[in-house]
Amino acid sequence: MWKLLKIELFKIFKRPRTYIAFGAIAAIVFLFQIALWFDGKTYIELILSNIDTSFDFSEQFKGRLLNGYFVCFAVLNILLIQMPLLVALIAGDAIAGEANMGTLRLSLTKPIGRTQYMLGKFFASSIYTVLLLLFLAVLALFGSMLLFGTNDLVIFRSTSIHQMSQDDIFWRYLAAFGYAAAALTTVASLAFLLSVFADNSIGPIIATMSIVIVFTILSEMNIPLYDRTIKPYLFTTHMVAWKGFFYVRSDEEGATIKGSIENLPAILKSLSVLLIYIFLFVSSAIWIFRRKDILS
Amino acid sequence: MADIIAARNLFKQFNEIKAVDDLSFSVPEGNIYGFLGQNGAGKSTTIRILLTLISPTSGEIEIFGMDLKKHRKEILKRTGAIIERPDLYKYLSALENLRIFAILSGISITQKQLMDHLEKVGLSDRANSKVKTYSQGMKQRLGIAIALIHDPQLILLDEPMNGLDPQGIADIRNLILHLSREMKKTIVVSSHLLSEMELIADSMLIIDKGKKIVEGKMTELFAPSETIVELQTNSSGEAYEKIQKADLRKYVLSKKDDTILFRIHRKNVPMLVKDLVQMDIEIISLSPKHSLENYFLSLTTENQHVEAFKD
Repeated sequence: MWKLLKIELFKIFKRPRTYIAFGAIAAIVFLFQIALWFDGKTYIELILSNIDTSFDFSEQFKGRLLNGYFVCFAVLNILLIQMPLLVALIAGDAIAGEANMGTLRLSLTKPIGRTQYMLGKFFASSIYTVLLLLFLAVLALFGSMLLFGTNDLVIFRSTSIHQMSQDDIFWRYLAAFGYAAAALTTVASLAFLLSVFADNSIGPIIATMSIVIVFTILSEMNIPLYDRTIKPYLFTTHMVAWKGFFYVRSDEEGATIKGSIENLPAILKSLSVLLIYIFLFVSSAIWIFRRKDILS
Repeated sequence: MADIIAARNLFKQFNEIKAVDDLSFSVPEGNIYGFLGQNGAGKSTTIRILLTLISPTSGEIEIFGMDLKKHRKEILKRTGAIIERPDLYKYLSALENLRIFAILSGISITQKQLMDHLEKVGLSDRANSKVKTYSQGMKQRLGIAIALIHDPQLILLDEPMNGLDPQGIADIRNLILHLSREMKKTIVVSSHLLSEMELIADSMLIIDKGKKIVEGKMTELFAPSETIVELQTNSSGEAYEKIQKADLRKYVLSKKDDTILFRIHRKNVPMLVKDLVQMDIEIISLSPKHSLENYFLSLTTENQHVEAFKD
């Protein structure tokens, strides 16, 4: 199994297309950081203008808002919606790409089990996903901390403002990146499943993105009927639950309780839903692949 | 000699199409076993079934005396294959491709051993070049190195000469003969290049529309001292009945429409002509079929189309 995984990782990182995703992430993060470096004040004003006008933000408060933690949160908000495409590029290619090259049939004439083969490919796609997130973490979190320094983090929601002291933030990012890894692995496992049905990788990649887009639109729709019947079962509804690590509880005086999370059970429930999806997608892919005639 | 492969009553159906239809055959150890058929006859499907790429709808296969379903891994450890084209990872070098498939074959191999394998197929000087820069012949040679990397006892080659130039075809032919004669490998080669098969095969199986037409040793089926004689007559049914009652019946190979095929020693052909005349059979034509191609066409349905065009 370990040998298979090493082979798969070797193949993934020998392909130039693998680095497209890393390049795209680097470009977006750098562009965003440069923009905020030169014009961060306007960006902060824009955010505050959407907040309830009864708050009176002091200049000192505004000055502390723009820091590395805040920039990283803003980057994650933008990028974690786009990253499924980058993940699907590799996971959607896992089986379909091999079928297209003709190497699938050659590999399967070797004495390896089909289940082993599939697990090797799935774990390799998952490791790629985690490495992509680590890369994002290094650039968006550590890069922003270096560029903008650190301070308290303030998160604005439509009905509340959450403030965390700077010594209560780093672990939240670790948890958020961990959660994002599960969310993106769900997308990877969907692309992996679709990859079993195709003989070239374009189909599974487009199909994965179409499903993610449609599900995301449904997840975002504010229609009461869908809130109860569809939304709780869509994996896209649960992919954004990483933000929950930055929503804190406050005491009776309105001060943030250090180390608190507003609704941990909801995050854990969402995580469970994602893990169930991963299990279903991957086990279905293996079940189908074990019975598939290799005609490519 | 023991049989390396024994297939019994294989069926494979894709929706309405019967790709393999009640096919039974056995491959003797140490033989070059030619697997002949028209395009779409079911050769590739059968070879893919032997390699577990396709599951048969029904039937049994034993390879090395073991059930293929139950002992897949043990069997594949001792089997090498090239299926149609030698498709490889084009973005990797020959050395990297070879290393990957060596690991997948379950063997540990050093860099020097890998280079030795590439040396054997004449690719050591291009070992680090990406496969996308290779010619078709070079890819085919690398495919062979991959098929042989784990020193298999049984080698399955599906159309190994497809797309090669005459020199490439000659190289593959010589390699197959070397593997069989010097290294004592059992080789199954499917091909529609009949002239090539005539040069290398010890035994052969001809299939048509998934069904077995004929199987046997080349020396028995196609002895140079023997010939296939095709009789065309106005009333083949009546003629066939008369022949079945006479000594001539032992020479009958098959009967199809207005044609009866005989396999007969060359020196007995005049006797055949004399006997047919004496039996009062109305002969339209009596023609010898010398080459494997004629023999093959006489046995497969495609021949009917060819004959129709001749008319």
